[in-house]
Amino acid sequence: MALLQIAEPGMSTAPHQHRLAVGIDLGTTNSLVATVRSGLAVVLDDEAGRSLLPSVVRYHANGDVNVGYAAQAAQNSDPHNAIASVKRFMGRGLADIDDIASLPYRFVDAPGMVQLRTAAGVKSPVEVSAEILKVLSRRAETALGGELVGAVITVPAYFDDAQRQATKDAAQLAGLNVLRLLNEPTAAAIAYGLDNASEGVYAVYDLGGGTFDISILKLSKGVFEVLATNGDSALGGDDFDQRVFCWIVEQGRFQPLSAGDMRLLLTKARDAKEALTEHTEVRVTAVLSTGEMMDATLTQADFNAMTASLVSKTLAPTRKALRDAGLAVDEVKGVVMVGGSTRMPCIRQAVADFFRQTPLTNLDPDKVVALGAAMQADVLAGNRAGDDWLLLDVIPLSLGLETMGGLTEKVIPRNTTIPTARAQEFTTFKDGQTAMSVQVLQGERELASDCRSLARFELRGIPPMVAGAARIRVTFQVDADGLLSVSAREQSSGVEASVQVKPSYGLGDDEITRMLKDAFTHAKDDMYARALNEQIVDAQGLIAATRAAMAEDAALLSADEIATIEASIAALEKLMAGPDVEANHHLAIKRGIEALNAATTEFAQRRMDQNVRRAMAGQKLETFG
Amino acid sequence: MDFTQTHFELFGLPQSYALDRDKLDAAYRELQNTVHPDRFAAQPDAEQRVAMQWATQANEAYQTLKHPVSRGVYLLKLQGIDALDANNTKMAPAFLMQQMEWREAIEDARTGKRVEILDALTDDLRSAHRRIEAQLAELIDTTHDFSAASEAVRQLRFMDKLIAEVGDVYEELET
Repeated sequence: MALLQIAEPGMSTAPHQHRLAVGIDLGTTNSLVATVRSGLAVVLDDEAGRSLLPSVVRYHANGDVNVGYAAQAAQNSDPHNAIASVKRFMGRGLADIDDIASLPYRFVDAPGMVQLRTAAGVKSPVEVSAEILKVLSRRAETALGGELVGAVITVPAYFDDAQRQATKDAAQLAGLNVLRLLNEPTAAAIAYGLDNASEGVYAVYDLGGGTFDISILKLSKGVFEVLATNGDSALGGDDFDQRVFCWIVEQGRFQPLSAGDMRLLLTKARDAKEALTEHTEVRVTAVLSTGEMMDATLTQADFNAMTASLVSKTLAPTRKALRDAGLAVDEVKGVVMVGGSTRMPCIRQAVADFFRQTPLTNLDPDKVVALGAAMQADVLAGNRAGDDWLLLDVIPLSLGLETMGGLTEKVIPRNTTIPTARAQEFTTFKDGQTAMSVQVLQGERELASDCRSLARFELRGIPPMVAGAARIRVTFQVDADGLLSVSAREQSSGVEASVQVKPSYGLGDDEITRMLKDAFTHAKDDMYARALNEQIVDAQGLIAATRAAMAEDAALLSADEIATIEASIAALEKLMAGPDVEANHHLAIKRGIEALNAATTEFAQRRMDQNVRRAMAGQKLETFG
Repeated sequence: MDFTQTHFELFGLPQSYALDRDKLDAAYRELQNTVHPDRFAAQPDAEQRVAMQWATQANEAYQTLKHPVSRGVYLLKLQGIDALDANNTKMAPAFLMQQMEWREAIEDARTGKRVEILDALTDDLRSAHRRIEAQLAELIDTTHDFSAASEAVRQLRFMDKLIAEVGDVYEELET
């Protein structure tokens, strides 16, 4: 049943209706979806009233897929096909996963990203994540009674380009329009900061199921400026479970375990860890499928001892982030705790000791990221008027290139505010060299082989010159999602090559298309009808926005220019109305949209110039006033 | 976007080494509030692209002016001088001597695991940094001695490297 929408007071003056947008926290252990309703951020529950969706996906041989509690319950009985913590495999190769031996899955080594063999075939982590996103997207559309305009998806701040791109691909596969990828600690800071009307420097300590982030932010006058971020994208609550798991195996003197028993003991380990949040000791018992048994008591002191090295593994990045921000511990006004793992008393104690203050835990650490993401989605969808806040985030890891001798040349250092672009010039090292291989890297290490390779591409057709005479300018552009694109250009000849940093590790567009097709063979939707509908909606939106801009700023255009834009609009409208005979009619509309976008680029620039002049004129008055 | 505009013009600030940091911050915030891609997330592609270009430019200009070394390099570049030219490594012998002493102190702190040496060194380096910055402002803004200013910029860059090295040793000793 669709719910009736009631406008927020004062919102009726907005030039358009409320646009449905959500924030999604795609977590290692649990995922959530939230939205802003009547000016308040709320987490959306499932029909049983539960807000968390366990991030577990179970594949059946007949193609059916379960997501959430049902899949979680099947983990022990169907360990190969009920996949948990898939976030840890996003954008990762087989070699990157160091605890493979203690995971019950059937991994398939694939170029770039590891894949998983299931009863329903080989699945990429992107596909598994898309299943989780689809469930959340459906939950939101049911609760809100309409189609979503878009979603903000959160990612760990310390996710590299490969992991971010994989997350965006998953959202695309789930049919979501990604308004923005938002860093989890930044999302938490929005929820926290706006709730408490805070000003000053805050640290966000975010320990989730599989990732750790620390971000240092400055909050002032409605601006959330990330000063530095650090972390470990393979450290989280799962690792604490793993320590307890090892303890259980040791106590029971268990022989090599079956996949089902392994899963059972991991579940026991997690239960024990969670029990120790409230109790000083917990009794752990288990009976394996082999009949082997164990029965022992784990004390909080023992638990703290076996996990102490994990706790200190979070403090090293914390120290680095503070240093990068150029701040001392006593300059931090408050520490916000995020992520279910911050419920552990040993974590709270360690953070309190480090920052010499009691960390803030007044917002539910499981929900705060989704709530912040929902608030940001509301801003990005254009639902607020005038009182928006501004987010200035950074890239977590340096971006660079491999140079002669296998060394890393940093082009954009970590903690640079995004969006950003940087160009660097390189030259040939041999006489007559006509091609150059560009290896794009991410990481802090000096040796290229120690950094993550994001892409490799070649610039060919350089005119033969003596060594050192060619001038090859390589430009890195990082957008507001933190995603990188790279282009190279030989300056004298104008030879160019560019790459959307994607194919070497992630999914090419072909692969996405294949997955979309696979997905739709199992759904009732007609893929073509859906694609056509999407393009028509996009076209309508673009025409409306263009008309509105022209009504507002016609003075910026000559009569000829107006005629050109009108002609592009007319051409697009004709395509939209046109007979639906061509099988790829949606592609024709897409080209029409691109043509109209191209026709209005100059206009968009002039409008922006005008905005800047107006804004900065006010600034100068203040400056000199 | 007007690419002939200097970073100072972009923010409505006077072209000088001396900088009113509060005014720079306020102007940067105002500009990003106007051009940031988050303001155009629901707008057509053409506007989103223009926003990304503008926000990129605003970040570049802000970072350049904010940091003492890059601001110096930029001001000298506006005068047609490449302060970091690889062929131009002139450095006063007294500064080089001082630098060697500082490096030795860092090494002593490392091998002796003595944090108090680092604390004292940090104070020294910071005050030396401030002193060179003041000289640089004088050289660029008042006496217009750009050759001496270039040398001061290179000294500041050395100082930044030293301060980073001290940080590395702190980290080494703390863990």
